[in-house]
Amino acid sequence: MTTSERFVGSAQRRTDGRKKVTGTAPYAGEFTTTGLLHGAVVNAAIARGSIRSIDIAAAEAVPGVVRVFTHENRPDEAWFTSAFKDMVAPDGTPLRPLRDARVFYSGQPISLVVAEDFETATYAASLVHVAYEVTPHQTDLTAARHDAFDPDEGEGDIVRGSAENALATAPVSIDRNYRIAIEHHNPMEPHATTTVVEADGRLTVYDKTQGARNSYDVVVNVFGLPEDRVQVLSPFVGGAFGSGLRPQYQLFLSVMAALVLERSVRVTLTRDQMFTFGYRPDTLQRVALGAEADGKLKAVIHDALAGTSRYEDFTETVVDWSGLLYQCDDVRLAHRLAKIDTVTPMDMRAPGGATGMYAIETAMDELACELGMDPLELRLKNYAERDQNEDKPFSSKQLKECYRQGAERFGWSRRRPEPRSVREGSDLVGFGMATGSWEAMLFPTSARATLLPDGSLEVATATADIGTGTYTILAQIAADALGLPMDRVKVAIGDSSLPKAFVEGGSATAASAGSAILKACQELKEALLTAARRIDGSPLANVGLEQVVFSSGSIRRAADESEAVSLEALAAANGNAPLSVEIDNSPSDSPYSSYSHSAVFAEVRVDAEIGMPRVTRIVSAVAAGRIINPQTARSQIMGGVVFGMGQALHEEAVIDHALGRFMTHHLADYHIPAHADVADIDVLFVEEHDEAVNPLGVKGVGEIGVAGTGAAIGNAIYNATGVRVRELPITVDKILAGWTR
Amino acid sequence: MRPFSYTRASDVGEAVAALAANDGARFIAGGTNLLDLMKYDVERPEHLIDITALPLDRIENTADGGLSIGAMVRNTDIAYDEQVAARFPLLASAILAGASPQLRNSATTGGNLRQRTRCSYFYDVSTPCNKREPGSGCPAKTGFARYHAILGASERCIATHPSDMCVGLAALGATVRVEGPEGSRSIPFSDFHRLPGDTPQVDTTLAHGEMVVAVDLPGKGFSDHYSYLKIRDRLSYAFALISVAAALDMDGDTIAEARLALGGVAHKPWRNAEAEAAMRGKPAVETTFAEAADIVLAEAETVPGNAFKPELARRTMIRALSQAAAGTPQSQSDKRIQ
Amino acid sequence: MSATDPAAPPERMPVSITINGNRHKLEVAPWTTLLDLLRHELELTGTKKGCDHGQCGACTVIVDGRRINSCLRLAVMADGSEVTTVEGLATNGELHPMQEAFIERDAFQCGYCTPGQLCSAVALIDEGHATTRDEIREQMSGNLCRCGAYVNIADAIEDVMAKGGQAR
Repeated sequence: MTTSERFVGSAQRRTDGRKKVTGTAPYAGEFTTTGLLHGAVVNAAIARGSIRSIDIAAAEAVPGVVRVFTHENRPDEAWFTSAFKDMVAPDGTPLRPLRDARVFYSGQPISLVVAEDFETATYAASLVHVAYEVTPHQTDLTAARHDAFDPDEGEGDIVRGSAENALATAPVSIDRNYRIAIEHHNPMEPHATTTVVEADGRLTVYDKTQGARNSYDVVVNVFGLPEDRVQVLSPFVGGAFGSGLRPQYQLFLSVMAALVLERSVRVTLTRDQMFTFGYRPDTLQRVALGAEADGKLKAVIHDALAGTSRYEDFTETVVDWSGLLYQCDDVRLAHRLAKIDTVTPMDMRAPGGATGMYAIETAMDELACELGMDPLELRLKNYAERDQNEDKPFSSKQLKECYRQGAERFGWSRRRPEPRSVREGSDLVGFGMATGSWEAMLFPTSARATLLPDGSLEVATATADIGTGTYTILAQIAADALGLPMDRVKVAIGDSSLPKAFVEGGSATAASAGSAILKACQELKEALLTAARRIDGSPLANVGLEQVVFSSGSIRRAADESEAVSLEALAAANGNAPLSVEIDNSPSDSPYSSYSHSAVFAEVRVDAEIGMPRVTRIVSAVAAGRIINPQTARSQIMGGVVFGMGQALHEEAVIDHALGRFMTHHLADYHIPAHADVADIDVLFVEEHDEAVNPLGVKGVGEIGVAGTGAAIGNAIYNATGVRVRELPITVDKILAGWTR
Repeated sequence: MRPFSYTRASDVGEAVAALAANDGARFIAGGTNLLDLMKYDVERPEHLIDITALPLDRIENTADGGLSIGAMVRNTDIAYDEQVAARFPLLASAILAGASPQLRNSATTGGNLRQRTRCSYFYDVSTPCNKREPGSGCPAKTGFARYHAILGASERCIATHPSDMCVGLAALGATVRVEGPEGSRSIPFSDFHRLPGDTPQVDTTLAHGEMVVAVDLPGKGFSDHYSYLKIRDRLSYAFALISVAAALDMDGDTIAEARLALGGVAHKPWRNAEAEAAMRGKPAVETTFAEAADIVLAEAETVPGNAFKPELARRTMIRALSQAAAGTPQSQSDKRIQ
Repeated sequence: MSATDPAAPPERMPVSITINGNRHKLEVAPWTTLLDLLRHELELTGTKKGCDHGQCGACTVIVDGRRINSCLRLAVMADGSEVTTVEGLATNGELHPMQEAFIERDAFQCGYCTPGQLCSAVALIDEGHATTRDEIREQMSGNLCRCGAYVNIADAIEDVMAKGGQAR
């Protein structure tokens, strides 16, 4: 059997593009039905304590209000702790909305007002009056750090050799502290759930989620519903970046209200409420590096302390990167947590990586300056040919090519090492670079491939397209597998009733869903050939799978392609019953370690007197295995770079520690990059063949664009200004402070 | 938002009478700030009087050679008006430095003057705020105060006025024309907005029932030597950390007259007559500008959250004045600071 | 706050609004925004609610030839207006050149800010104040895109401008 690759590897326009540009792609909060009710959520105003009284009389008295739910009148559903645990819940006890009077954080949902229309619900919600019993709170990680603990009880640390001794004896060393600001995901679509109560009592739940199956499991478990009574759909997701990995509180509240009222209910969060669930955690980091005079790394120490909630221990991979990116035999890496009175943090695009790689990649730049060495040379000097953390070889690693091609495209050789040495007009110009990496994962995924009666193909798996291009790449993979044009392939995703898939995240969807779809298509081909052989007078009666090709909508004898059975004829011969196969695909134990890699180069311009920074140019050179769709993949990388720019220069969720409350809870105070902030982004894919990582050879591109970008920008700002800012975001005042200090 | 009734006014007298008769009434025009605040439950009007149909939508020449801008003229229409662009480019530049094209298309002259602070505590009814709820306190003084005042603030309130356009108008020495139950009056721009003092809930010197009907610009537009320089946390669509309107009248290399107004530093667009006077008759060089900046900032007081602002303000003032002197005003599209 | 006697929801008022060429005679409550009228009552959900406060641009529509944030416009104040939403950009199934350019340049990912970006971009060309790349960037800055498609959006707008620049 041969497979021609017409679509995989070539730029294809998004298959859902027309829907998105005409406004006809429906998102979770846009499905409607007759008699739909609208819910508005009331959130706690204190950081810790309990609700002493909650007065809903005024809200209930508003004409059009159907019900006001609180912890005092909520239905008695399952509400068991374990039932609330979703696929990706961290250790601890998940928040159970309206469970009881306790308040764990400012912004916690404490009431749902349901009304006949949106305006009435919103108005009535403003009339819910709450009195609190206040308990002293702590939201300041620097104050809470003294109560730090090890969530892995020693199992998570990476220790090899003796890093302290090596650091003490290293001829050159640096020892620095770094901090990133808290970030909120802020997809443009606010979280929303529309729960439609069907005529037969079944629930169709349209939820903004990265995993329809995750939402489904939790709904079924929490509310104790029969499995066939619930279907969760998320055909279009208006961005998520991790915010949709866990079911958010609007899902529980919407389903709860619908079940009690036996009416369809939509709950859409406000933008301000988008700051009342997970976030990228505040993280204090120390990186110490020791090196020989020639730059050879002797010691790497990386400690991270992150905040988590009182009720769950959120962890992410922050420090491991420092033992992975460079060759070093004396390494100590440790990650600790401290409890603060906020909601539980959550995975956010490049979780841990955007945090840890910012620190190690800034520290590497500082070490290069200390050594008087080119930062790129320092990285090449310590290039890791093997994953020392896992003691495994890499399945592929074209990082050297990323460095080479990226540097060339960027013009790195023009870099002047001395800070403040390039001035153009009123601007100081600086160059910076950093390495990025992200693990290539594969999650267990089931998939179905079906030949439909009209001879077209449907492939299905319960994954999601959150803007990443999943619809498009799965169509490319399936079309090539069956020799069909892409418009003869229907991709069904975002539906809990489809074959199981893990949450759409970790840059693993192209690999996981893609491999599963490929496998399903391959098995379908066998089934189709078997069926084709059975047709009376079949020209394929005596041929095996290796003797046929699937092309132009037919199964053809490779030796004589005119001897063929068309898929349409096959479907008709099958009595118009669909021919379908369903498969499970799981990762196998691999002797290899698999990562995508990038080299990020940044040019910044900083006004020489005022200190206002601008990123004027980024080159991101990426090696991520096979690129299924260079156009959508490029968009992914660009989006990741913009995310990194936000982290580096703009985004900061500020907590008023006296109030224990995020005060930057809307988009005027919480700045994500605007169009004017984003100039020239050049994405370059380095060719990388990887037979071992998965059958498709793909590594994923969702996070790698973020990794390293923040450090590259910070390093460029240092090169431009001579100011090393070690707390993100790097705002004008911090640069100015560096000059005037 | 809370329920309200709604009527449309067809002439100014009727609108003013309707407002004066109802303490719970507010005018609405562009709605870009009032509706925003109503959705946050900060503003709770019982009645809205739509004044967009009033015949106040023209930009006209005045007898003394200036321009009169009607209260209902949309911000965009001022910024791209040929007369304004040619004779008062500082005003056009200040407007284009603010908000977004969409907001400028809705927002009116009168509404821009009447917009309220963007203080995060003012906006959040779950927190104390003396401006929103007198006597409840001011958490900004120990909290999130990046956008807060360093000049003219009070024990009770350190909020800032968020407008860019008003900073331009302040520098140009505009006059606000007002109609009210007691008739019409004119208010010098510097007297229109007030400092917080003990009554931070009061933003302006308007009486209830009074309506801004126009803003008059005197003839002198400083069109050869001006600049509007705004420093913010991203390069567009963000409120000012510091903004500076600078305008100079040059006699050769000597400053004949100087105007300097700041945004992001006080409860009102900030002008300092002493600093402007100090530049008069001096050469247009950095030392002159630095002296003026020092005079402006002599009384500056900071809180932990905005301690960086005096130095940033000083440098921004010097730069904007230098740009004005050189005749190279800041572009609002090219983000390089000229 | 009193625990009783909340004000009743406001009385509806008659308005006439032309949306994408179709005249609608409607009764709307004063507290309903143009955005919520479109999304909830007319089921024109192409126009998006991203923040409801004029801070993101997802709700951008064109009213009487001008792009505005429909979240900050009361529906009663749109009486007599002509409104164009993303659903009205294509004519007889033929995409507007800006829509074509967005697809061609991959100027979106999740698609949620896209209707606002498109209305904004179409209006930007009509306004005629942007000719350089810097001016496009600045004058498209009222439309946030969290997916980070800005470079492709600017490319798409430049493509349409290069082809004559007419909005329709």
